[in-house]
This record gives sequence, C-alpha cells and structure tokens, in this order.
Amino acid sequence: MAEPVLEVRHVVREFGEGDARTRVLHGISLTVRSGELSALVGPSGSGKSTLLNIMGLLDRPSSGAVLIGGRDTTQLDDRALTELRGRTLGFVFQFHHLMPAFSALENVLMPAYADRGRVDSKLDARGLQLLASVGLTERAHHSARDLSGGEAQRVALARALANEPALVLADEPTGNLDTHSAEAVFGLLRRFCKERGTTFLLVTHDSRLAARCDRIVTLVDGRVVSDARRGAADTAPGTFSET
Amino acid sequence: MPFEWFVALRYLREGRSQTVLIVSAVAIGVGVLVFLTALMNGLQENLLAKTLGSQAHIVVHPPDAQVRALHLDESNEVSFTRSEKPSQHAQSIGQYAQLLAAITAQPGVLAATPIVSGSAFVTRGAIQKSVTLRGIDLASFDRVVAISDKLHAGRFAITGTEILIGRELGQDLGVGVGDRVRVVSAENRSESFTVAGIFDLGSKDVNQRWVLTPLRAAQTLLDLAGAVSSLEVKVTPVFQAEEIAQRIARRTALVADSWMHTNPQLLLALQSQASSTNVMQFFVTITVALGIASVLIVSVVQKSREIGILRAVGTQANRVLRVFLIEGALVGFAGSIVGSGLGVGLAKLFVSLQRNADGSSMFPIAITWQILIAPIALATGVGIAAAVVPARRAARLDPAEAIRNG
Repeated sequence: MAEPVLEVRHVVREFGEGDARTRVLHGISLTVRSGELSALVGPSGSGKSTLLNIMGLLDRPSSGAVLIGGRDTTQLDDRALTELRGRTLGFVFQFHHLMPAFSALENVLMPAYADRGRVDSKLDARGLQLLASVGLTERAHHSARDLSGGEAQRVALARALANEPALVLADEPTGNLDTHSAEAVFGLLRRFCKERGTTFLLVTHDSRLAARCDRIVTLVDGRVVSDARRGAADTAPGTFSET
Repeated sequence: MPFEWFVALRYLREGRSQTVLIVSAVAIGVGVLVFLTALMNGLQENLLAKTLGSQAHIVVHPPDAQVRALHLDESNEVSFTRSEKPSQHAQSIGQYAQLLAAITAQPGVLAATPIVSGSAFVTRGAIQKSVTLRGIDLASFDRVVAISDKLHAGRFAITGTEILIGRELGQDLGVGVGDRVRVVSAENRSESFTVAGIFDLGSKDVNQRWVLTPLRAAQTLLDLAGAVSSLEVKVTPVFQAEEIAQRIARRTALVADSWMHTNPQLLLALQSQASSTNVMQFFVTITVALGIASVLIVSVVQKSREIGILRAVGTQANRVLRVFLIEGALVGFAGSIVGSGLGVGLAKLFVSLQRNADGSSMFPIAITWQILIAPIALATGVGIAAAVVPARRAARLDPAEAIRNG
C-alpha cells in the first residue's frame, strides 16, 4: 500500500461558543495515500469544505490531529504551518482565484516566488513547462483577466503544482466550468495523477466525476459515512450515497 | 526582485487611478508644505538678516557695576549708600586676546572680535553730529558683521587715522570719501580722520550713528589703552545664540547677551512664525496620513480574496504585511517627490509674480535641500505609518475566510 501523504485523526471542528456552539465535524479520521485521486462528496453543509480547509492547514481543528508526511501539525505555529502548506500542498478552487494584476506565468509561479521570497527569472522555465502541461504556453504572458474560465482554471491547476506538492486539494475544480472545460480540467488531474504520481483530493458535487476517481469518501453531517475504492468493498459504515 | 516589492508595485500599477489620486493628494500636501516653508524661511531669513545684519549674535561685556557703600558708621552699618558707576576703565575688558581665543574655541562660534565703544561727536566745519565711536579690528569685525560687502563707496580699509562712516552720516555731514572730519570723544580727546569708506548696513539708525575707527585710535580717544569695551561674537546656528552665550558667560565670568536676549520681540515673532509653520505641517501630515491609510484600507478590503490566496499558496503573514507597508512608503515617496517639485515651482512662480516697483522680489524665498528632503522623508515615513493599520489587517486575514467571502 502506498505511503500516507496526509492523515486526519479524530478531527472535530466546532464553531461558535456556549449555547451557539455548533459541531461541524464529528471525529473524522481519514488517510490520503500517495498517488491517489480521491473524491470527497456529500450534501451541502456536510462539512466538506471545513474538512478541506483543515486538511489544507488553512484552519485548525478544535481537537484531533492533522499529519502531513507523518508529521503532526497540531503544535506548529502560523509561520511553520504556512511554510509546510506552501511546500507540500497545492490548492485549486471552484473559482480560479487567479490574481488579475499578474500574468498567467506569474500566477503559476506565485507559490514558488512566495517560498523563495523573491521573483527569479530562473523559475520561468519551470512555469512555462507547467503551462505547457496544461496546454497554455501561448497564454503565458497574458494577463490573468484575459483568460477564459477554462483557461484560468487550467492556470490555477498549474499554480497548484508549482512547488511540486505532495497533495493537491481541489474544491469543486470543475464546478464553475462548462462540460467541455470541466472534462479538460478533470482529464489533466487524471493525467498528472497517473504520469507524475501527484495525489489529488477533490471536493465535488458531480457524481459522475466522483465515480471516475480512485476513491470516494462520503461525508454526511460531519461524519464519514462511506469510504469506497474503485474495485474494492466499502470500508466505512453507512450507506454509499452519490450526491 | 524581492517578492514584496514585486507584489506591491504590481498592485499600485493595477489600481492606477487610485494610485494617481492618492499620489496627487500627497503631492499637493507636500507641495503646499514646501511652498509655505520656503516662504516662511525666506521671510525669517530676511528678517534675521535685516535685524542681525549690523549686530553681533552675542555681545560679551563686563558685568554691571555693583552698588557700593561709600560710608560705614562706627557700628559698621551702612548709614547711606549711593550707586556710582565706575569709570570706563573699570568696565572694560583687559587681556582680551586670551578671552577671544577661548570664545572662538567654543563650539558653534564662527568668529569673535574686540570692540572699543563709546560716545563721541563728529564735526565737519560747523556741523556736529553725535555718534557711537566703534574701534574695530577690521578683519575680525568683518567676519562678525559682514561689512565689506556693504561698502557703498571708498575702500574697505582703515589704518592710522582713517575711518568708515555710514551713508546717512556722510550725507548729514556733507562728506565723501577722502574728506577729513574731527572726532571728539566724551573724554574730550579729539583726533582728525580721513573718510576711507562709506557703508550702508541697511539701517538708517546704524548708518547715522556708527563711526568705525581702528581699534587703537578708539582706545586712545576713549582712554582705554590696552583694553576693549566688549567682545562681539558670531555663531551658528543663530537660534543657539542664547545657549552659546550662557556657555561663554560661564567660561569667561563676563556677561554675554545674545541677540535673543536683547531682541525678545523679534524672537517672539520668529517663534510665532515657526509655530504656525509647525501647526500647518502637523495638519498637512495628518491629512496625508489619513489619505494614504484610507486608500490602503480600501485596497485591503478589495484584495482580501487575493491576500487569502497568497497566504494559501505559502506567503508568510509578515510578507503580506510588508507588501502594504511598501505600498504606503512608495505612495508617500512618489507623492513627496512630485510635491517637492510642485512646491518649488509654486514658490518660484509666486516670487516672479509678486515684485516690487524696482523689480526686486517682494517675498524672499529660501529653498534649501533641507526643506525638500525633510518633507520627502516625512511623507515616506508617514506613508509607512499610515499603512501599518491596513497592513496588519491584511496580514491577520484568515485565509480560508478571505477566500470564501472575499
């Protein structure tokens, strides 16, 4: 079995205080292994995005632990978390969230610039290679605001891969795209997973898309109700639900 | 290029219209500041030059005579007293060369000169004028009261029985360069002198009263052989004159009166002017700071989601903080550079428009590097300070929240 890239152990997340306290995640435990293309599905309000934020070190659990590469992140301060996040995780959001003041190439290289603390033209070759891998070499020097939705999302995918992360977390990466563009973006995820061994965990509402992933984790009311691998038996209690 | 500069410059370029507006606002503020400071400094310098042009910054003289008991009765008690001014001899300074050297060695002292001073009459035929006889050492006196460039006629030299007189005195006596006059001192000693030069110190009173003779001649006329009446000192900066005077007084055990002590009204006027400049500077600074802060706060709000993304992809919070501090500094710096040019242009335009009938400038302006560099440093510093609140706000944004809600 492949090495675990990220583990969440008994993660609880509560919001609010006193009587207004709401528990969104109820002791979730999950292991994401290297080279997997996993889908996290569930109805709205089931806690998918909250779990994704915690896995992405953008939020801290109320209790429980997140381990990246076997390293417990619970005690890390903001600086160490940010460094770890920048170097080991990539993000793709539903809306591409590219920075309009920068070109496609600069957007792709932004995580590398942030990590090094300086803009270095030596990185350009890598950025161009990433853009080539998503089929957008000729758009490298175009402003992010001049890209179509599909192009922008492909640039966002290239950005997520800039620091060669161990895991890319994608929140509805095709949710805002037309069928053709959605297919193109998912095809890229598949290809990167297969060819580069990049691990992906994507949150999606698209059951057809989820069905094409290696693994489907289903979350309902803050609990994992199903964890199914393609060609294997469901490993978690509860009913498998295609949402 | 450092990451923070790259992002800050791009943000400023992206929000071009916002950047132009706030840089313009800073420029106008700094421009007004530079213009008014140049004008105020010019007026102040002019006023100082006119007032202090013919007087030393510090006059060092012997202490006033104390009241002496002239008669004590048998019980050794004072039965009556009378205040009696001692003779001029007792109120003069001997061994002045050593004192001059000690005074000149003081920090801030530019030059010092001995003066023999007393009342006298100048007569020319039937005309007699009451004057102040001032015996000077021409070279050192010129360093204290720059008189060589205020010579109206004749030559700048006095030897033996030569004198320099003021323009108005020359007119009153009807004498010119090369004419002879007789000087009669209060000690009833007299000497005949040749007018070597005629000066114009810009003050009618001084031009009418001053008669400058060689030191030795005045000593003879005033019966002060080997001594002088006072030592006159020039200092820099002029506003430290009082402090330097006090130091000289402590060191020499003489009385040292600064121009600030002898011209309290002038000092008050200058201080009032300086205060008004400071008040104006304060309000312009506050306006500039508020302008920069408000624009950056709006910018942070507008860019919340982008800041969230930057944080998500691994940008440290302190880098985000620095991005906005750099923006504040750049806006302040650029605005102040433009503003300095604007202020100088405005000052020159104002001077060229406001002229006296003879074509000379009605309002003197004084543009120095200090009045340009100080606002640039101030505006850049204010830009950074004004950016602190928005920058901290940006650095503290919760990335997940910022990405979700923008």
